Amino acid sequence: MDMNVPKKKLSLKEKYSHMTRGLDWEPSYQSKDDVYPYAKYEGIKIHDWDKWEDPFRLTMDAYWKYQAEKERKLYAIIDAYAQNNGHLSVTDARYINTVKLFLTGVSPLEYMAHRGFAHVGRQLPGAGPRVACLMQSIDEIRHAQTQVHSLSNYNKYYNGLHDFRHMHDRVWYLSVPKSFFDDAITAGPFEFMVAIGFSFEYVLTNLLFVPFVSGAAYNGDMSAMTFGFSAQSDEARHMTLGLEVIKFMLEQDPDNLPIVQRWIDKWAWRGTRVLTLVAMMMDYMLPKRIMSWKEAWEVYFEENGGALFKDLARYGITMPKCIEDITKEKEHLSHQAWATFYNYGAAAAFHTWTPDEDEMNWLSEKYPDSFDKYYRPRLEYWRDEAAKGNRFYNKTLPMLCQVCQIPMLFTEPDDPTKICYRETQYKDDKYHFCSDHCKAIFEHEPEKYIQSWLPVHQIYQGNCFPEGTDPTAEGFDPLAAVLAYYHMNFGRDNLDFEGSEDQKNFDAWRGVATSND
Amino acid sequence: MAVTALKDYQFEPADRVENFHGNQLLYVGWEDHLLFCAPFAFPFPPAMRFGDVVEQVLPAAFGYHPDFAKIDWAAAQWFKSGQPWTPDFNKSLADNGLGHKDVIRFRTPGLTGIKGACS
Repeated sequence: MDMNVPKKKLSLKEKYSHMTRGLDWEPSYQSKDDVYPYAKYEGIKIHDWDKWEDPFRLTMDAYWKYQAEKERKLYAIIDAYAQNNGHLSVTDARYINTVKLFLTGVSPLEYMAHRGFAHVGRQLPGAGPRVACLMQSIDEIRHAQTQVHSLSNYNKYYNGLHDFRHMHDRVWYLSVPKSFFDDAITAGPFEFMVAIGFSFEYVLTNLLFVPFVSGAAYNGDMSAMTFGFSAQSDEARHMTLGLEVIKFMLEQDPDNLPIVQRWIDKWAWRGTRVLTLVAMMMDYMLPKRIMSWKEAWEVYFEENGGALFKDLARYGITMPKCIEDITKEKEHLSHQAWATFYNYGAAAAFHTWTPDEDEMNWLSEKYPDSFDKYYRPRLEYWRDEAAKGNRFYNKTLPMLCQVCQIPMLFTEPDDPTKICYRETQYKDDKYHFCSDHCKAIFEHEPEKYIQSWLPVHQIYQGNCFPEGTDPTAEGFDPLAAVLAYYHMNFGRDNLDFEGSEDQKNFDAWRGVATSND
Repeated sequence: MAVTALKDYQFEPADRVENFHGNQLLYVGWEDHLLFCAPFAFPFPPAMRFGDVVEQVLPAAFGYHPDFAKIDWAAAQWFKSGQPWTPDFNKSLADNGLGHKDVIRFRTPGLTGIKGACS
């Protein structure tokens, strides 16, 4: 009698192999170089894509199932948070300014990461990395969406969150994260993978997400905390992919080593410059601190990153040269960054303030070698002047670094009293930089960076006023015109936290929620 | 090629002097006064008198600092691209040799910021 033997179900590994290698094919009537036009111009040599080890094996059906489950939980929490006026349970209304900075500065990068991985997922000739990039691309657009949805609740009650996408492409300090990602996405597919997949997602991601997600948790922001946790399992996958890409390139051909090393050097620096914003968030903007920026750098870079580079040493990769300077900067970064936003508090879409006495003491304790000596005097001066009604608002536009686009606020690595000035001549013009590392990046590819859209220069060229503005008209107010172009509401989104609408509303609403008056 | 690109890739710089409507950029920093977080960028006509920059423009930019009123401009030390340099207050920017995107700094001996902390 015939036995009807049920066909054995495919293992996850087999399924994954069918989805990647099994569905791939060799083109016959087009050359492979025409199908993958970006694969070779960066100089990376790949001899055998089949040597690629899939760092995780996730098939589409499993992917949808996991993600749908996570989304259901996330949206349940977001709804509950909104219905229970969760925004009133944050430590104090100053916290919400970190949310504003995140939504305008970071969430649009998630969307750009979605585009970047979709592009690379099309351009890499190997089927394994193509599928991995495709999934990461879908993750990234989910992250952008869940962040926007989670944070939109704050937009109902607080200022500065109303037009984050418009601001991201225009506002002076947002050109820092924007130009960082634009630099990556306009590079070739391999450099993009090193820039975002490895340097940002692997080496630096903990320094962005741990402070932000823990900061949210410490400060009572359930919605931001939940999207952070919801993204966490994806991040683990992204990190594995970033590391696999590096190892694969280095194993394929010894000629790849110097190229990969240069990209790691470049993107470790570019990424850390962007993290300046996180440093000041940790030390100045979270009412309830988690740890100092300096401590975070020591734990997440010096310890974890140190182990990583030890592991990569067998491929010939060395610790990026810039790390020495970043290690010196950890004493100063957050203070210099916050001082800059305090200076330009009239042109920021979030509020700034001077730390109170307790907070200054915390800073002295965390930064015994730098805070009292260099930074306390200026903060106390600003505080005392503000109390006299003479709050400092710097109205003159700053000089910017051509590469990272940050105002030239950084000091010499060995002298915190001297601004670090670097310059070079290329063709007919001079170019200025905040550091040796930004200068080196420029000098390797000047044709790319001479096109930087530097917000200060664009304002002076007349490109940052609303359409129809006549800058020659009598009584023309350039700051007002620039803020109008940014869609920033003067007196509501900007200026000091003290006396702001956010501060007054939060106090009034919390009063209603917690008392009988 | 000065960029990694698929094909020939050359464009005008975004900040060439022609884009500034007759002005050129000048960057000015005040040493030892980091109350101002970064040097300033200004658009000036090349024919502008150097003294007018110091007398008409710098007070609005740096005047908030209590040291500013105490500056003895005759004693100020100037630097161009980090090198010692002596401006002639009565000559124009151009005649002082200042071109587009030059960076100058001044040091005011005896004045070292809030509580002497270079703030």
